[in-house]
Amino acid sequence: MADQLAIGSRRGLKPALPLLLPAYLWLTVAIFLPLSAMVFFSFMTDLPLAGKEWSFTLGNYAAFFSQSLYSTLLLSSLRLGLEVTLWCVVIGYPAAYVLAKVLKGRSREAIFLLVILPFWSNGLVRIFSWAMVLREGGILDTALNAVLPFKINIDLMYSYPAVIIGLVHSYVPYMVLTCYLTLQAIDDSLIEAGRSLGASRRQVLWRVIIPLSMPGLIAGAALIFVPVVGSFMEPRILGGRTGTFYGTVIEDQFVAVFNWPLGAALSFILLAVVLIILALAAPVLRRAA
Amino acid sequence: MAGVQVANVSRSFGAHRALDDVSIDFADGGFYALLGPSGSGKTTLLRQIAGFDFPDAGSIAIGGESVERVPVEKRRIGMVFQNYALFPNMSVADNVAFGLSVRGEPKATIAMEVQRALDLVQLGKLGGRRPHQLSGGQRQRVALARAIVTKPRVLLLDEPLGALDKALRVDMQIELKRIQREIGITTIFVTHDQEEALTMSDRIGILRDGRLVQEGSPEEIYDRPQSEFAATFLGDANIFRGDATGSGIKLPDGTTIAASTGASVPAGAKASCAVRPERIRISPGAAKPDQATANTLTGQISKRIFAGNNSTYFVDRDGQTLKVIVQNTGAERLAEGQPVVLNWSPDSTVLIAAELGEPRGQISGMLSRKITCSRGW
Repeated sequence: MADQLAIGSRRGLKPALPLLLPAYLWLTVAIFLPLSAMVFFSFMTDLPLAGKEWSFTLGNYAAFFSQSLYSTLLLSSLRLGLEVTLWCVVIGYPAAYVLAKVLKGRSREAIFLLVILPFWSNGLVRIFSWAMVLREGGILDTALNAVLPFKINIDLMYSYPAVIIGLVHSYVPYMVLTCYLTLQAIDDSLIEAGRSLGASRRQVLWRVIIPLSMPGLIAGAALIFVPVVGSFMEPRILGGRTGTFYGTVIEDQFVAVFNWPLGAALSFILLAVVLIILALAAPVLRRAA
Repeated sequence: MAGVQVANVSRSFGAHRALDDVSIDFADGGFYALLGPSGSGKTTLLRQIAGFDFPDAGSIAIGGESVERVPVEKRRIGMVFQNYALFPNMSVADNVAFGLSVRGEPKATIAMEVQRALDLVQLGKLGGRRPHQLSGGQRQRVALARAIVTKPRVLLLDEPLGALDKALRVDMQIELKRIQREIGITTIFVTHDQEEALTMSDRIGILRDGRLVQEGSPEEIYDRPQSEFAATFLGDANIFRGDATGSGIKLPDGTTIAASTGASVPAGAKASCAVRPERIRISPGAAKPDQATANTLTGQISKRIFAGNNSTYFVDRDGQTLKVIVQNTGAERLAEGQPVVLNWSPDSTVLIAAELGEPRGQISGMLSRKITCSRGW
């Protein structure tokens, strides 16, 4: 590893520039510029559209701190992110383990396809199909009542669990994929070595497999936690009135209230909070990985 | 510590019979090599003993206790893997401590035992390192320390030296043997390297196509192979095939080969004779001397390979190429194309009964390959 790095630096960065430039130009144009514009907006009193008067202000950021509603919503969004991430680990990790260590050949490919299938359908379609499943008199309700001898009423629509179900469904493939990659890289002989030393399957799991797949778990968690905290589509469609989260409020500012400066300010506060959380977690995570 | 008894073990993977009715008795405290080409079933057998896989039929006992249905972690074995299989997320000391720690031993005991094991493999100061900071030979030692620190009843080694370069391998062979003697543990060692098997083990079991071909001490197998396969897989051998005469064989061209060791084959039956290349004397000359003794043949040198301490001559005779190894004693060296007389004693000739049910063509094809590309020169 050290040798490779040494060789890389000796050649210098110059020959690598043509390879790097397209990506960085694209990132600059597509992300950096709009984001800078958003930073700019977040300090304005109003949008400079149709000749409206505007001036610089810190009021948009102050609004977050003056109204407890925003911080309450942010907290519930963070809780949502945590819960969804947790469910994704609980559901995704075992699946990744089976894919990487138990299944071989054809059956692995088939199961793998099922895992990444959600990526191939439109997110909105996915969410609305959940709406059809979860509502009263919907598919789940009808199916359960057809099987069970007694009458039950399933109406998960417009509830917190519905939001969780929708988000977990959307994001669990990330966890499966990242964990699959790290699990697959674990040599089977490590598992056998653990057992030959007297460790039960459970001890091998906790002492060898999970520590070695920690990078995948962490990458998956980061990939899921960050977008879920800011999510608005699933909470709005599946959560209804209970689905008011930090992300939906930001969306409202942009789409409904047309208060872009406040929406931008709220977005950057979210970004800052997420970055702080990741920074605080980094030393712990690095040790675990 | 304990011996291992493998009795009539068979194991199939689909249509492939990886092990076919194998029985071996590994005595307590012995150093055994399971030798065979790849696909011969030696690793499968080791995995049955370890408990990673279970036999379809037959029984396995460790220390007199039947273990066929005992899972790996309850068998109290130590295993060293071909790729060492060190836990990359743990330090060297934690790797060695793993077996004691999962058992729930007190910390002080663990620290002491780990240090003792690391000292035994001469890595006493490297406990704090990570496996990736070690050389191949050092990793090998850590793997060994980790396997023996739990005081297993039997030590299983799956081609443990295969990944090391030659000089290091020889060092580790000596080291491994020393450690095995020091703790007196029953050791079963899988290898495809005949030299390793010869130099390290007390006994060797040769496997081929899932069957035990021969089992015995290295000297026994080398001096008295019971099959053409054993003769050519452990060391090099010149093979003659013909009909048994009672005191040797008669080749199709009428030449007789006298043999005074090996199997007793009834006259008239198909049989082979095996002669080690270093047992044949070679001298210049076109015709047999007048008062020729038994086992004298003429031929022509087709190729000579000089290897410093010895020379290998390939001698063509009547459609057959014989291999002769001559020590470098300062005597005259023979040239390619030169006619020569070959001679060897009946004591150096092993009579082998023809293997039943073996397609001959397949064997001879393998033998000729073996002779032209075998190691040792």
